[in-house]
Amino acid sequence: MTLEELKSEIQAAIAGCSVEILPNGSPSGQRSLLVGREHAGRIAEFLRDDPRLQFDFCSNMTGVDWPDQEKTEKIKAKKIVDGVEREVEETRKTSIPGCLEAVYHLYSIQRKDGPLVLRMRTADRRDNVKLPSLTPIWRSAEFQEREAFDLYGIVFEGHPDLRRILMWDGFVDHPMRKDYVPPPDDDLEAIAAGTAGA
Amino acid sequence: MDQDLKIELSKHGIFTTTLEELYNWGRKNSVWPLTFGLACCAIEMIASTMARYDLARFGAEVFRPSPRQADLIIVSGTVTKKMAPQVVRLYNQMPEPKYVIAMGACAISGGPFRSGYNVLKGIDRYIPVDVHIPGCPPRPEALIHAFMTLQAKIDAQELTGESRPRHLHADLPSEFPIPDFGEHGLEPPQNDEVFHNPLKVLEG
Repeated sequence: MTLEELKSEIQAAIAGCSVEILPNGSPSGQRSLLVGREHAGRIAEFLRDDPRLQFDFCSNMTGVDWPDQEKTEKIKAKKIVDGVEREVEETRKTSIPGCLEAVYHLYSIQRKDGPLVLRMRTADRRDNVKLPSLTPIWRSAEFQEREAFDLYGIVFEGHPDLRRILMWDGFVDHPMRKDYVPPPDDDLEAIAAGTAGA
Repeated sequence: MDQDLKIELSKHGIFTTTLEELYNWGRKNSVWPLTFGLACCAIEMIASTMARYDLARFGAEVFRPSPRQADLIIVSGTVTKKMAPQVVRLYNQMPEPKYVIAMGACAISGGPFRSGYNVLKGIDRYIPVDVHIPGCPPRPEALIHAFMTLQAKIDAQELTGESRPRHLHADLPSEFPIPDFGEHGLEPPQNDEVFHNPLKVLEG
């Protein structure tokens, strides 16, 4: 089954869900499915339980941090300059809001098929960082969702035991985020040598 | 006693020594390390104790399973921030006189993981280190060299006078504060009583 067929299967089974195929520019060309977080639980259940799909095993779950980006494009536009119509190049800046992403790698042991790469994205990186937990569907995601919660700050709703797993409980930062800065007095030797932050 | 007289007497079959020499000779040849390893350096430490390198030749054959019976802690591997309080606690539980070997790049500075958010940048931030050995990991020969350096240090210790070692100073501490888990890292980030703070060195 191709990814396009799988997409329409999912959309036929679950009405009104958002499924998007994400391209991959790398040599592997491994595309993935971006699913909307509102229906992610039901989509996951469908992927696991549908007799033609049977994605019964989640081999890996990880987080990705996408910081806010600013994209600059050069657009040719027609403008009237001094009464003459001319083609002028304009630069347009568009800001792409960042998000946190959860990536699941699914396999079907029954059908000897996989991996299917499933992604979910949060609304932003600050206040709306909730995603539905897929641990109730694939138990193997439990510790790795805790790790993504610990290091990226993704809050998995419905997770049976959402605590930090690597850092201690009183820790407040999320060290795998791109904008994480370690405490300034961490590396005194670098401060003394004048290479701090380098 | 005059060294020449000592040699002259020994030619006649008379052995002379001082209490200090005898005491240090006994101590340096029975340094028992703690059974304690953190990472890949610990594998090299284990190799040094086995038949090929045989640390037992130096009187360190018994790795004690309890800090109460150990004289030496070999910090062999990366000390993570989460592990650091336990390392300091183990050191505190050892009776005096006690010594520390910081083995490998990680234990002395954080090594290849130095820029990691989770790595302590050298165990000398919290406990006094007697011998540092570089290497990633150091070969067993390097650990044996560190051990012999420690033996030479013990042998040279004077038991009286102001320069006597810490365990013979009643008012010097034998335990050091255990760092707490803070919101962003360990609290305090270093113990300035033992740490050779580079910023204070710069200030003079």
